[in-house]
Amino acid sequence: MDAAAPHDEPESPPAGEKPSLSEELYLPEILKGLATTFKHLIRPEKFTVEYPEKKKPIPQNFRGEHALKRDAQGRVKCVACFLCATACPSECIHITAGPTPPEWTDREKYPTKFEIDMLRCIYCGMCEEACPCDAIELTSKFYQVSETREEKYFGKDTLLRQPMKREYPDQG
Amino acid sequence: MAETVTPAPAVVTTVDAGRNAAGEKLMVLNMGPQHPAMHGTLRLVLELDGETVVRCRPEMGFLHTGFEKLGEYRSYNQFVTVTDRMNYLSAINNNIGWAQACEELWGVECTPRCRRLRVIMGELSRLSDHILCVGLQAMDLGAFSVMLWGFARREQLYDLFERVTGARLTNSWTRVGGLMQDVPADFVARVKAVTDTFPEIIDETDKMLSKNKIFTGRTRGVGVLSAEDAIAYGVTGPVLRASGVEYDLRRARPYSGYEKFDFDVPTQTDGDSFARFQQRLEEMRQSVRIIRQALVDIPGGPVNVDNYKLSLPAKELVYTRMEEMIHHFKLTMIGHGPYPPKGEVYSATEAPNGELGWYLVSDGKRNPYRVRVRPPSFYHFQVVPKLVEGRLISDLVAVLSSLNVIAGELDR
Repeated sequence: MDAAAPHDEPESPPAGEKPSLSEELYLPEILKGLATTFKHLIRPEKFTVEYPEKKKPIPQNFRGEHALKRDAQGRVKCVACFLCATACPSECIHITAGPTPPEWTDREKYPTKFEIDMLRCIYCGMCEEACPCDAIELTSKFYQVSETREEKYFGKDTLLRQPMKREYPDQG
Repeated sequence: MAETVTPAPAVVTTVDAGRNAAGEKLMVLNMGPQHPAMHGTLRLVLELDGETVVRCRPEMGFLHTGFEKLGEYRSYNQFVTVTDRMNYLSAINNNIGWAQACEELWGVECTPRCRRLRVIMGELSRLSDHILCVGLQAMDLGAFSVMLWGFARREQLYDLFERVTGARLTNSWTRVGGLMQDVPADFVARVKAVTDTFPEIIDETDKMLSKNKIFTGRTRGVGVLSAEDAIAYGVTGPVLRASGVEYDLRRARPYSGYEKFDFDVPTQTDGDSFARFQQRLEEMRQSVRIIRQALVDIPGGPVNVDNYKLSLPAKELVYTRMEEMIHHFKLTMIGHGPYPPKGEVYSATEAPNGELGWYLVSDGKRNPYRVRVRPPSFYHFQVVPKLVEGRLISDLVAVLSSLNVIAGELDR
């Protein structure tokens, strides 16, 4: 394109609708605009939340940090089938499977290590969707603070300690 | 187009500025990638004669993330999470477009309930995208309050998305042949609350800006894109319709049952920044109209197709029955599917910015052979030099904000 070529634009801007007298004077328009502004100032609806003191309700299906569930005996529910690690689009779940202790009669395999790299995780919930035995879930916990990177590499203990969904009443 | 377009160099490193008519050297100005008015990481290399833009060279790639390549290493369902991150202002429309493309590749049609829910959520997502674009357009020109009022309404929409999909921004809502999950019980009431309150903010924005002398003075006649140029540059969506071309994929190539709804395809005549602003307002009014119709008699039944070779069985069946458990494992494990037929498909949906196209090549394996995205923003960004050359530098802000270029989908 030739840099100096002028574009075929109209000489003057298109007129649009012809402004009325009050619009031409402009002052009444400013007052009308200010009236709208003040209406917003005093409207009862508030959209902001004073966060640490007040919290917004979190829906039940919110996808926050993961938790590993326990069964009735307090053992980890996971059977180390690796489906969550396979379904994960960001490849952040690392499982090491091992044989169960002899007193566990209901299954042969369980995770000796279950690690989630929370800095890689994109919180899509596909691990929960892939789990065939309801062992992993995404909790409503969204505040994720840590001082080091290592703290965000969750092991089995951390994941088993996470608060469960049911501890957050569904207020949403 | 009459004149020939010389392609810009791939990377603008050094700029040899030209001279103006008086023989003075032009000033080179880098606008972006870190500039508040550049909406993300866009970069424009400007050659200025005083305050007049003589030459403008857009440069892209600062947010290049390799999404298309990533698609070759993700299964069809996993790639939904990546589509969220392309146009992050209307992730649900991207999800729907991707699922639509995959379903066309598979040759399946999703259930009536799924189609209807996709229409409702897609239009809600369009509302949130347009209200933000309109607000930012006003903000770039100095009207801050309108943007904040729009944000308040957008918050209501995001709460709804959070409730339905489990996330506010990266929704990942669709799956091939269905949805992530059915909507909650209070879905209809919540959407009704949105359609009741949303028209107010559209009218208010219209009232505050459409006759505002400052706003019209800075947008009317600025960045005029003629219908011929719009078609020649491949511009789609609100920008194309603001130039007077009545083309909307929801009408031209209906998907998800858009043919059943009564809505207009609004167009403007001027093709300037102001027309694009008005166009987005009109489209929001039409979206509210579509949602109101779609809320009536939402079909019942499942949201996923009844095909265990494609979509996961219901969880309670997986926990209790053997056959569903086997299908669940086969759909998730590597080496068992779901496998699409071999072939190629181009599928396009009307995203808030315009035609969002997906070109998929499948070799019958678990992952796509090639994923190609046709992002609307790419075509909008390349038209910027045409609109700003010969105009003042302050007009550039008014033009760029009216195009709603999203760096995430521009660079992919």
